[in-house]
Formats: sequence, structure tokens, C-alpha cells
Amino acid sequence: MITIKQIIAVTLLNLRNLPQRFASSAVAVVGVAAVVLVFAAVLSMAAGLERTMLSAGSDNTAVIMRSGATSELNSGLSNEQTLIIGNAPGVLKDGDNAIMSAELYVITDVKKLSNQTDANVPFRGVQAGAFEVRDNIRISDGRMFEPGKNEIVVGRAAQQEFMGLNVGDTIRFGQTEWSIVGTFDAGGSVSESELWTDVRVLQNAYRRGNSFQSVRVRLESPDSIETLRQALDDDPRIDPDVMSERDYYSSQSQGLVQFIKLIGYPLTILMAIGAVFGALNSMYSSVSVRGKEIATLRALGFGPMAVLFSTVIESVLLALVGGLLGGLLAYLAFNGFTASTLNGQSFSQVVFDFAVTPELLMQGMKAALVIGVIGGFFPAIRAARLPVAQALREL
Amino acid sequence: MKYFGFIWRNVWRKKIRTSLTMLSVFVAFLLFALLSAIGYAFKSGEDAADAERLIVIDKITLINPLPFAYKNRIAATEGVHSVTHASWFGGYYQDPRSQFPQFPTEPYEYFAMYPELNMPEYQLDAWARNRQGAVIGRELAEQYSLKVGDRIPIQATIWTKADGGRTWEFDIEGIFETDDPRGSTAYLLFQYDYFEEARAFGKGTVGWYILRVKPGADPVQVANAIDLQFANSPNETETSTEAAFAQSFAKQFGNIAMIVSLILGAVFFTLLLVSGNTMSQSVRERISELAVLKTLGFSDRSVLGIVLAESIVIMLIGGLLGLGVGWVLVQGAAKAMGTFLPGMFLSPTATITAIAIMIGAGIAAGIFPAVKAMRLSIIDALARA
Repeated sequence: MITIKQIIAVTLLNLRNLPQRFASSAVAVVGVAAVVLVFAAVLSMAAGLERTMLSAGSDNTAVIMRSGATSELNSGLSNEQTLIIGNAPGVLKDGDNAIMSAELYVITDVKKLSNQTDANVPFRGVQAGAFEVRDNIRISDGRMFEPGKNEIVVGRAAQQEFMGLNVGDTIRFGQTEWSIVGTFDAGGSVSESELWTDVRVLQNAYRRGNSFQSVRVRLESPDSIETLRQALDDDPRIDPDVMSERDYYSSQSQGLVQFIKLIGYPLTILMAIGAVFGALNSMYSSVSVRGKEIATLRALGFGPMAVLFSTVIESVLLALVGGLLGGLLAYLAFNGFTASTLNGQSFSQVVFDFAVTPELLMQGMKAALVIGVIGGFFPAIRAARLPVAQALREL
Repeated sequence: MKYFGFIWRNVWRKKIRTSLTMLSVFVAFLLFALLSAIGYAFKSGEDAADAERLIVIDKITLINPLPFAYKNRIAATEGVHSVTHASWFGGYYQDPRSQFPQFPTEPYEYFAMYPELNMPEYQLDAWARNRQGAVIGRELAEQYSLKVGDRIPIQATIWTKADGGRTWEFDIEGIFETDDPRGSTAYLLFQYDYFEEARAFGKGTVGWYILRVKPGADPVQVANAIDLQFANSPNETETSTEAAFAQSFAKQFGNIAMIVSLILGAVFFTLLLVSGNTMSQSVRERISELAVLKTLGFSDRSVLGIVLAESIVIMLIGGLLGLGVGWVLVQGAAKAMGTFLPGMFLSPTATITAIAIMIGAGIAAGIFPAVKAMRLSIIDALARA
């Protein structure tokens, strides 16, 4: 008990004279703040991308592509095959009609607002069932395109990120003019990066004959995907890959998310090591400045444990302040920041918001804590071992 | 130089503090090395570009194919020296997740178009003779331990064969290298004739054309002449220089690359600031000692020189070590991520910049306390002890 009281007393004393050691303490704080800032900022991209990609995926919807295709872009299905899929067991029916959408996925060049250069924007031809096979999707402005006309509805994110996609605009791709007639909202998911039109119109415009690339069907239940897969595997007329929409989008996000993590984690570790040196330095200098003070305390009867713990606590507090500062900065500067990049898997742009999530901030604070403990520990040992008589004589 | 011994002793008077400062400088420049190598990789396509090479793609989007019939019409355009073509195959070897590019093309034409690629003449001939032959870059050969004579299956993700199969087998007939130290060789080339004959659909088309303009011809004029020729046809074209093409690609990654470099740049300077601050502090603590030096007859300028030299030495030791280790890591990363992010390279310019920053930061850290010390009269400075 006495030790705990001593620890508290010495810690409070340390904190009270912290302002006198402002410069060296600031070094530790800034160093840790930088670590947490970088960690949260870089990984908020990965978190935001994952959120955008995965929120599009539902377990109630299956995506069917040609087997071996790694994304919709390099898949291909004939008209006949899409009809076979619609009639397969496991697909939810509304009366006689399957709830499905056979789709064509191409890319087109639209200028990015941020740098005025052409970007590969996904352009999807859909059937009438497109809004039924997807969750949380609705026309939020204007109206739906009319089948057979060169009309486009634009995802909300695409509209904000690329040029000339407002309702009422016309846009020219090659020799075809298109009217933008509506905006759709898909709860911030990856679908919002896309332009949609009638699949028949898109087949003509891109000279794709009567071919499709993917079919989305509503499943009777998440489990009926097995029934569907079995039925299609047994059918000699078709050689498909059947995936739940959730699995499809998680496979699509993997490359990019891993790339960001591959950069983010090693950098954070490297920076954390740098910050540990900063913290060590400032705590060593704190101990050496307070040499006489520590010796006096010891002479008054404070134990070595009190000195040791109070030094570690000071270091941890400094690190936590730095961590909070860095996390706050990352949150203010990056949370919700909209960016778009090329997803290698689908070779097209995906628009997403950075997400500085509570988990990221917690991880950042944990890193700060570790830095604080390591940074304080060695100087604390030195402080506790300070030979009292000698330190006092230096007075 | 005659003061070097003195400076050296000063550097190490507080061993722990100096070592820790050096270590944070070390981390800062290690970061700098990695950062500039990654930045370089994002730009390397542009730098490796040849100003006389033009790329012709479909105007609407790169993924639309162009008719094979365009080849002769492009070749006949005024100012065009030679033309070849390539297509995107998009298959994978062994693992769908580790893809490298494969391009069907014309053997002799392609190697004539890219003189920076080097391969023994007999290997090129052997490839041209073997319809199912392919050649691969050195990076690829090392990554997958492939050699001439191997037969490798590539799984198609787009191009099924006319017989319904998806496995394309190739005989490796040659391994090429590049003169350009930053250019990637992590790709495979195979014969367009085989591709055209065996694929199930898309016959009579190619992905894009590559052409070289005649010496002295204006690339912009040639590009316009080609695009004009195909205007109002079902396949309008867009011709650009190789550099512009590569640049437009890099820009597609958009703000991401920029954001990452901004964040890291901020971090780099934070680390420098932090270590600089520590170094300034150690000079401040010794102002009275500097006064002693002045009492002994050292001029103001030599005292300043000694102080600055000390901080520059600390920066250089930490920084050069960091750059060195960074260089080793970049070499390793370039091998490991060759197919993922090709062209990682620590350029001489980056190295020189880094050294300049070390010296600059050393001066910045030492100059303020040193000047302050110089301005103090000896008596005042001594009194502070």
C-alpha cells in the first residue's frame, strides 16, 4: 500500500514539473502521434475499401460467371446459358419469373473531377430485375432508364467523382450519345461507382451480340446456393462458377486491400520503432534532468519501485496523449474523405470513403501504449538504480 | 579536419542519446528510401517510355479490341516507320492470385519495336519457328524457376479455346532482359498466330497497336493523322505517345498514391524534426562549454563550424545507414513484388536528395543554438553554467 501511495505521489510530482521539460516531452508526444496518424490514415483506406466492397455483397444473391473468370470483366455467358440459370432450382421465383438480372460489364472512359484525366469507369448493362437482386438500392434522383433507349442511371459516388454525370447531362462515348436520366443510391456500396443502362442497348453499343458476362439471381435462402451450384454443375450446356455475392465482392477487394495492408503495416512498425527511440530519448533526458530530485526523494525514503513506476507511467501518459492526438488528427483529416482508385481485379475505378474506424483507433492506441511502456522502461530502471549519495553530491 | 577528433568525442559524449538520435534518423531515411522506390515504381512506366513509340487503342475504352485490318492502314500512314500489335491475354500460371501479364504478338516485329529488350538471336528464331513457343522475361524466369525448354500451362480467364479448353500450353524458347534498369521483365510473350487460330471468339482483332514514327516526324501529327483516318468508323482510335499512355494509367490510381506519399512525407519530416530537436537540445545544454572554447581563443566561426559538423555527422551516420539498409530492402522487395509493383528502384537522384537533406537537417538542427551561443558574451555564457 505504501508503495502505491508513493508511486502516486512521485507520479504527480513528475507531472507537475513536466512543463519544465516541455521540449523533450514534446518530442515523445509528436513521435507517437505520427505513428498513430500514419497507421490510422493508411489503414483507413483499406477499411473504407473493404466496407465499400463488402456492403455490396449479400448472401441472398448468387453471382454466376463462366468458370475460371476472375472477375465479371473477363467472364462470358451466352443468352441461352442465362436462361438455363434462371430456370435452375434454388432461384427465387415471382410467379413463373425468376428474380434475376443477366448483365454485361464493360468499362468506359470518363474524366475524373480531381485530376481531369480519363479513368476506367465501370458501365453495366442490366435487366429489369437488377434492383430486386440487390439490397438497399433505389433511384434517389430523376427516374429509371427506359428499356431500349440510350439512357443511363448513375451511381451516387460516380456522380460525385467523375465529370459530366449529372441528371440532365448528355455524354458521348465514341459515336453514341447517352442521356443521364437518374441517380441511384446503394448505401455507399461499390455499385455506386457504376453507370447503368439497359443491357440490350449496351450489347449494341459495344457490339457484344447477344452475350452477357454475369447473372445475378435472388436465392430462395442463403443455403439454396448449394442446390443451384449442383444443378448447374450437372448441366452439360454450361460450365459456371457460382458464388454468393458476398464472396464475389470479397474476392474482388482482396488484391487492393492486401496491397494497402502490405504497405501500411510494415510502415507502421518501422515508424513505431522510430517513435520508441524518440520516447527513450526524452525519458532518459527526463531522468537525467531530474537526477537530483530523484536522489532527494530516495533520501527522503521513497522506494526504488516508486521511482521506477512513476517514470514508466509518465512515459505511458505522454505516449497516450500522442496517440490521442494522432488518432484525432487522422479522424478529422481522413474520415469520410472520398477517393477513387483503379481496382486491378476488375480493371475499373472504385469510389470509396476512407474509414477511420473505432477498431483502427483502438489498435493505434494499443501501439501507443506499447511504445510508451518500452520507452519508459529502460530509463525507469536507470532512475531506480541511481546511486543516491553520488547524485546528491552533484548538487 | 584537424578538429575531427574533438568533434568525434563530442558526438559520443552522451552515448545513449546520440545512438537513439541516430537510430531515429536511421528510421527516417530507411522510410525515405522505401518511399522513393515506391514512388518511382508508380512513375517508372513513364520514364521507361520511348518518345518515338505511339500506342493506338480504341477511343471508347482500352478493353475494346481493334480490327486486325487496321494494321496495314496504320503502316501506310505518313510518318510511320513500323507497326506491331499486342493483346491482353489475362491468364494465370499455377495460382489465380499471382498473375503476370501475357501478350500475344509478332516475334520479330515486337523485338524490333522494343530495342531495349535483349535476347539471343537464335532464341528469337526458335520462338518464331515454334507456333506454340513463348518467351519470358528474366524476372519471371527467376520467380518461377523457369528455363528454356520448359513447357508451361497458362489458364485462360478470358480466352477459351475453340475446343472449349482453357489451358494454353507454351514451350519456353527464350528469356529476355532489358537494358533499362527500371523496366520490368515480368511478362510472357507468345505468338499471335497461335492465339488467333486457337481462340474461340474475337477472331480478326488485336488489343492495341504499337508504332514507331520515322526519325524527324512529329509524333503528334502522326497520331492525329491516324485518329483522323478512323474517325466515324465503328472503331474510332485514340493514339498517344507511350509516355502519355503510361501516365494516364498511373493517374488512374489517382489520389491514393498521392495521399500515401503525402502522409509518408509528413512522417519523414516529423522524424527529422524530432531528432533535430534532440540535437539542438544537446547543443543548448553545452553553451557554457562553447564559451570556454571561445575563452581559449577559438574564433566564432570555428566554434560554429564545430557545432554544425557535430550535428551533420550524427545525421550522416544515421541517414547513410538508413539509406543503405533501405537499398537492400528495395532490392529484396523489387524481387518479391516484381509482378505486383514492377520497377521499384532507388534512383541516384533520390540518393543525392537524401544526402542533401541530411546535411541540411544537420545544419538546421545546430545553427540556432550555435548562433545564439556565439552572440552571447563569454561572461554571460559562462555564468549560465
